[in-house]
Amino acid sequence: MALDDIYKETILDHYKNPRNKRELPGAVVTCTRNNPLCGDEITVSANLEDGNLLEVTFQGAGCSISQSSASMMTESVGGKPIEDAMALAADVRGMLAGEVDPDEDAFGDLVALKGVVKYPIRIKCAVLAWDVLQEAVSGGGAARGAAAH
Amino acid sequence: MNGNEVLDVERIRKDFPILERVINGHPLVYLDSAATSQKPRQVIDAVSDFYSHHNANAHRGIYTLGEESTEAFEGARAKIAAFVGATDPRTFVFTRGTTESINLVAQGWGRKFLKEGDEVLLTDMEHHSNIVPWQLTAQVTGAVLRYIPLTDDGQLDLSDLGSLLNERTKVLGVSGMSNALGTITPLGHLIEAAHAVGAVVVVDAAQLVPHHRISVLELDCDFLAFSGHKMLGPTASGGLYAKAEHLEAMDPMFGGGEMIHEVFHDHSTWKAIPHKFEAGTMQIAQQVGLGAAVDYLEALGMDAVRAHEEEITRYALDRLLSVDATVYGPKDAAARGGAVSFWYRDVHPHDLATVLDAEGVAIRAGHHCAQLVMRRFDTPATARASFYVYNTRDEVDVLVEALAKAERFFAH
Repeated sequence: MALDDIYKETILDHYKNPRNKRELPGAVVTCTRNNPLCGDEITVSANLEDGNLLEVTFQGAGCSISQSSASMMTESVGGKPIEDAMALAADVRGMLAGEVDPDEDAFGDLVALKGVVKYPIRIKCAVLAWDVLQEAVSGGGAARGAAAH
Repeated sequence: MNGNEVLDVERIRKDFPILERVINGHPLVYLDSAATSQKPRQVIDAVSDFYSHHNANAHRGIYTLGEESTEAFEGARAKIAAFVGATDPRTFVFTRGTTESINLVAQGWGRKFLKEGDEVLLTDMEHHSNIVPWQLTAQVTGAVLRYIPLTDDGQLDLSDLGSLLNERTKVLGVSGMSNALGTITPLGHLIEAAHAVGAVVVVDAAQLVPHHRISVLELDCDFLAFSGHKMLGPTASGGLYAKAEHLEAMDPMFGGGEMIHEVFHDHSTWKAIPHKFEAGTMQIAQQVGLGAAVDYLEALGMDAVRAHEEEITRYALDRLLSVDATVYGPKDAAARGGAVSFWYRDVHPHDLATVLDAEGVAIRAGHHCAQLVMRRFDTPATARASFYVYNTRDEVDVLVEALAKAERFFAH
């Protein structure tokens, strides 16, 4: 098992230089979730309009997998219809379950997470941001500023 | 092996087949014995021998194998009880380990004798297995849980013990050695103080018994729980020591076959202790294996086992502190055991564990079933290296070198 199976350059890049990692003042939805098993914590904030995600940001702390997944997610879903973002979330989960072979064009940087499949215990880390996004847009954490654990 | 002061670690290592494993191209460096220890050939052989030559249900068959099985099972009980200083085998109940043992006390004793407003005093360094069973019992009885806080260096803060232990305190539940901080607690003092207010004392000795010679009679604890799998024995072995008067007074936790004396339509009567707590077919081969583990540890000598733990822990603390790792818990090896929790610079423990695994090094990363400890020290998780009789200084060196590799990998 080689380390670069899991720690692709792309992952390390997003971990060291996270994109859209900031507060989103006046965000329409904000949701925080943690993974008590490892202490990863992620807050996703987004602005929505007419069924579209506008800006998406994240904040949080945790391992390189959880934080890079969140960073890549904000880049790939920002500006997309919610429906498309949710379809991508399902595909990312499918890829991490080893069931979906990623379409490299649609996935972009997210393809780098494919190696996590070989580390079953880390899959939770990779999925966390996507769970939080889904929860946020589906209303689970929709009240502005709500933080639930 | 004849109880020398110093362990012959190279010779010991030859007894552990798993230490020949190659992991990701590197020799296995197993530093997670606080989670579960590895098993020597002598223990594996004892289990295999039981199944190959003596297997039958215990306390049932009126035939040769049944008698052999019963004798092996009860022989293991006497041996394991004696290992923790219990002279009466009736005071040792077989369970699957520490968690089941504490649940047995919290249910069998706690639900019967705790009342609304009674207090159960625990500590902030307890493993979840010495917290959650008491929460479940508190929900049923109305008892109140209180906690002894920790000092910044991971010791019990006993400055307020006088008010925490009071006439309402009916139970003190305390770890003998913290799995998350390594701290060894002053059991003798705590037991005396608890008895002075009429409380019973439940000791979580999961981390203590594998490394230290203890005597339940000298300690005068009421209950002491430990796990066989952390002391070279099979999983699901271990048990609960309890004073006979408590076992007599307690209710069984499980009802079923073999724990009854007579069964009627509306009630049943129980067997004598300890059997009234041992319903159904027990983990016979595992407890026999634990008996072999006790033989192995006795041959090494528990004083030598502890001396080795202290020596390698001191070396690991020195090395970790010298590379600026943040170590949680006491820094003095004499005041602690060989479970060393740390955070290495900016590398998240999960990433660290994955990088170390690629080097063949197995450590634990996470909250170690001690979320109260994590919260007290304001950290979501730690990395933990823990040591046992087969670990060497060279292995500590491999760990520390791998840390540097992890940092290069993740440096911002």
